[in-house]
Amino acid sequence: MTVKEQGIPLWRDDRFWKVALQILAVLVVIAIFTLLGYNLNVNMQQVGIEFGFDFLQSQASFAIGEDLTNYDPSDPVAGSYARVMFAGLINTLRVVVVGLILTTIVGITAGVASFSDNWLLQKISQVYVEIARNIPILVQLLFWYLAVFSKLPRPEDRLSFLGMFYASKRGLYLPWPGEVGRFSICAAVLIVGAIAAFFVWRSRVKAIVIKGESGQNQSMILWVITAISVLILLFGLGWQFPHEPTEIGEIEGGLRLTLEISALLVGLIIYTGAFISEIVRAGIQSVARGQWEASKALGLKSNLTMRLVVFPQALRVIIPPLNSQYQNLAKNSSLALAIAYPDIYSVSNTTFNQTGRPIEVMILIMTTYLLMNMVISLSMNQLNRSVQLRER
Amino acid sequence: MWCVMTMRKFSAFLLTAAIAASLAACATPPESSSDGEGEGSSSSTASRLDAVKERGTLNCGVDGGIPGFSYVDESGDYSGLDVDVCKAVAAAVLGDADKVEYRRLDSTERFTAVSGGEVDMLSRNTTWTISRDTEVGMEFAPTTFYDGQGMMVREASGLKELKDFDGKTVCVEAGTTTELNLTDKMRKAGVTPEIKTFQQADPAYAAYEEELCDGFTSDKSQLVARRSTLSKPEDHIVLDVTMSKEPLGPLTVNNDSAWFDVVKWVTYGLIEAEELGITSKNVEEMKSSEDPTIKRFLGAEGDLGTGLGLENDFMVKVISSVGNYGEIYERNLGQESKFKLDRGLNALWTEGGLLYAPPFR
Amino acid sequence: MTTITPQNPNPNLSPPAEIQISPINWVMKNLLTPWYNALITFIIVGIFCYAGYGFCVWAFTEAQWTVIPANLHLFGAGRYPSEEYWRLWVLLSIIVIFSGISWGIVARNVTHLFSRNVLIGLAIAALISFILPIPLLYKLAIIGLLILLSLAAWGGQKIGAKMPGLGQYIAINWFLVYLIGLWLIGGGLGLEEVTTSKWGGLMLTVLMATISIALCFPIGVIFALGRQSNLPVVKLFSVLYIEIIRGIPLIAILFMGQVMIPLFLPEGMRPDRVLRAIIGLTLFSSAYLAENIRGGLQAIPRGQTEAAKALGLNPPLTVSFIVMPQAIKAVIPAIVGQFISLFQDTTLLSIVGVEEFLGISRSVLANPNFLGRSSEVLLFNALGFWVFCYAMSTGSKYIEKRLNVEH
Repeated sequence: MTVKEQGIPLWRDDRFWKVALQILAVLVVIAIFTLLGYNLNVNMQQVGIEFGFDFLQSQASFAIGEDLTNYDPSDPVAGSYARVMFAGLINTLRVVVVGLILTTIVGITAGVASFSDNWLLQKISQVYVEIARNIPILVQLLFWYLAVFSKLPRPEDRLSFLGMFYASKRGLYLPWPGEVGRFSICAAVLIVGAIAAFFVWRSRVKAIVIKGESGQNQSMILWVITAISVLILLFGLGWQFPHEPTEIGEIEGGLRLTLEISALLVGLIIYTGAFISEIVRAGIQSVARGQWEASKALGLKSNLTMRLVVFPQALRVIIPPLNSQYQNLAKNSSLALAIAYPDIYSVSNTTFNQTGRPIEVMILIMTTYLLMNMVISLSMNQLNRSVQLRER
Repeated sequence: MWCVMTMRKFSAFLLTAAIAASLAACATPPESSSDGEGEGSSSSTASRLDAVKERGTLNCGVDGGIPGFSYVDESGDYSGLDVDVCKAVAAAVLGDADKVEYRRLDSTERFTAVSGGEVDMLSRNTTWTISRDTEVGMEFAPTTFYDGQGMMVREASGLKELKDFDGKTVCVEAGTTTELNLTDKMRKAGVTPEIKTFQQADPAYAAYEEELCDGFTSDKSQLVARRSTLSKPEDHIVLDVTMSKEPLGPLTVNNDSAWFDVVKWVTYGLIEAEELGITSKNVEEMKSSEDPTIKRFLGAEGDLGTGLGLENDFMVKVISSVGNYGEIYERNLGQESKFKLDRGLNALWTEGGLLYAPPFR
Repeated sequence: MTTITPQNPNPNLSPPAEIQISPINWVMKNLLTPWYNALITFIIVGIFCYAGYGFCVWAFTEAQWTVIPANLHLFGAGRYPSEEYWRLWVLLSIIVIFSGISWGIVARNVTHLFSRNVLIGLAIAALISFILPIPLLYKLAIIGLLILLSLAAWGGQKIGAKMPGLGQYIAINWFLVYLIGLWLIGGGLGLEEVTTSKWGGLMLTVLMATISIALCFPIGVIFALGRQSNLPVVKLFSVLYIEIIRGIPLIAILFMGQVMIPLFLPEGMRPDRVLRAIIGLTLFSSAYLAENIRGGLQAIPRGQTEAAKALGLNPPLTVSFIVMPQAIKAVIPAIVGQFISLFQDTTLLSIVGVEEFLGISRSVLANPNFLGRSSEVLLFNALGFWVFCYAMSTGSKYIEKRLNVEH
């Protein structure tokens, strides 16, 4: 037998296959896209539609239920399709931002409650998780909208809690900070206070752990900051309470949430909260028992153990899955169209129907959601990086 | 020890299951598509008419939720004026009025379904407008129902005219002309109601029923029909305001005139048959009529049908299976139905209405 | 879901003898101390009494549950022609028999097949079917199916004990059951054909979910490997596919599937609408599955690949016989989780007009006779989905526990 000097034949050469495979992959993808594009072109030509985003400039002339952007369907400029989609985007962002904050609170509360020494609380947390995550989100949304919020009394017989909260078929009424100027000043003060408190707290922990001091001074400062914040929260923000008018009519003042946004928020928060609760529970559980015992042996008190030893380690396990839950919430907000909340998806749906341009509108929708998820993902990754172990 | 053993077996089982599942995957698509429409690909220049003939069924887009126009009951049977138009076309093209595959479409997906070829024709109370004819790329067959936009309210609410709607809530179906008219008319009346837009009609009416909105706006005929399905129809009234013209009719996709002609002339045929006095009962006798117009119309003379690419006696099949326009109307909306709608604008031109078919010649 | 909770190291040891505590002590210890726990307990009990009372009043006085039994056939099978129902019953019986046999064979070494828990479970199932306000025929059918299940399990165990090698054929059998099922539902080959537009209800939900998960498996594996690949182009495409699909809402994908796919296909080629729904679900699910499998791939130590290489296996063989089996096994719980969410995601098809379990409910709610019965119907929907999803997640936890024991 003679073996050629060139060594291995071409088809046994790894490098050849690597290049060939990639070229093949590129060709297949190009072929698929060309075919689809060609068909699209043929189909569009047959119907007589041309691709383009010009339609965004024309007047939409349909009104939407909720709008924070001064969209005006009767005006050629302030009522363009671009403007109405922007209004939809703002509506989506409103739900997503509020939903993310509240669902985190609900999820962490439920997750921590499953470790409670109160048997009832523990069980309720488990039952909540098992119920909420095993029922599809769409069923839950429809349930909240049609079976709960729709059954609220008529505006004349509205429900009232403590004279501060009202609920009727017109919507939910909550107390809300009144003046914008005053609100922003106070909010700024609160944020500065929170940052200051964070640093004081860090130095307190350092003082306790490293220097072995009592941390009394820092505690005092923390208490003062808390007291001031509470005062500002209560009186500084200029809360406006919804109140009943003297004659029969609309409730005035405060913040009115329509039933649609309320149902959407409640559904999303409860559904996502159950998953977050599981993530938090698993995260805390993932910290080995030895960590608790070791820190106890070092003489740390139990609340310090939780804060300094267990929670930072749990965070490492919690944040990556939390990221995908946050993205799920953002994506699930598109189910708003099932309950008549004008979010970006539902507005786009109307738009392409009025204009007959599904492709263009779909591209816009996909870009919007991809961008939104990218922002969430990037910020969560940033957070993740800051809590990961720095291996040396 | 056995535990370890079974676990291995078990995971092996799961794996094989997974592989079998993927095998099943490869096998399923032809399985499930084989009972769909397996037309294969035909050349892109062919008319939809040929596609329908080849397939043997007509795909017709309907609403499915409006009693009187198109309604699907518990047992899955479709009935209504729009449905009868589908049946008429199927009878003309395929010779059998039951060879229709109905596809329920909501208002936002209907046009894409037509332009994508999902359905061959749409018979779904769709208003004929210029932008739909041009920009959206549709081709409208003659109007089968002349309607106007109205507003339904609860009688107890005391709402009488559009001016009363300031701060009130109005429900509307998304992607309709009503949605656009509503904004215009309310602005004209100088009021700003709150508008709730639903993607589908059913949830919209459910919301109205739950009193989530004070008014519901849609085509008047639709309001009357839908009112009958509410739990207490007598509590609701349709206000005496007409907000727009709403000519409703079947439509097909642009740039396919052979197919469009079929739909157009079958629709005209229904009207012409009423004018000529041909009904489902007397159509067989009429074939031997002396009147040359009738003879031509029923294909006993001339070759009007072949010109359309159909059988010459296509109108005989149509009329014997669904009847003429008057019969369809009376059966679904008129005195024989529970809605008892007058013919009004939908009478023949000879009786003061707007229905007028060009001559079959 | 994938975290391993510290287990009792030796489960065979009997637990320490229970210390008898009186109920009062238990309540004091678990509910009332310290003071804030007592407060929490009282608040919770108060809320529950109020809500529970309200619910009971509604459920027994206001609610009109007749909408459920009146439309049970719709919830189950949609607008499937009633004269062909027998085919579904036959299919159900076949599935039950095969489940029983598989169960018996898998558990052939268990001494008491019908342990106390299993018997209780069967009894509860029978009892529920008896209490439910459904036609007598259905009740008898359900009880018959339960008996069939027990008999098949018993028989399966007997056969399994005699022929231990039989376990390997279970999967193939299920594959056959699958094909038979599709034939029974769809017809053809001697049976009356039933077009997919008449399929609906829970049947369609289960069908779409199972087909989609099976279809998305190979695609998921390919993209998971692609993302791990060191070929830049392959990796780029895989990452793009996975991230784009994961970045957009499912409803957008389904919408594209239902309405826009025809625009991208040649004239005349119009896939069936159920098939299109399945394509949409599969595309969506495969991206998530790829990520799950990638997690499993990353958990495989390098040594495995290197050892395989040292033994002279080429890369494709290494992947398919060494790496993939381990990776998939490591992420079985995650895959089950994926299946549960896919099962839930089928509800979104009701928005694009496919009449699956939720979709048919919305049609029922539009029926003039049942307008305004949304609470009852939606609660029924929720219960139906819950039973399925809870059973699956409990099952997956059980499997996870058993798998962990093996290490």
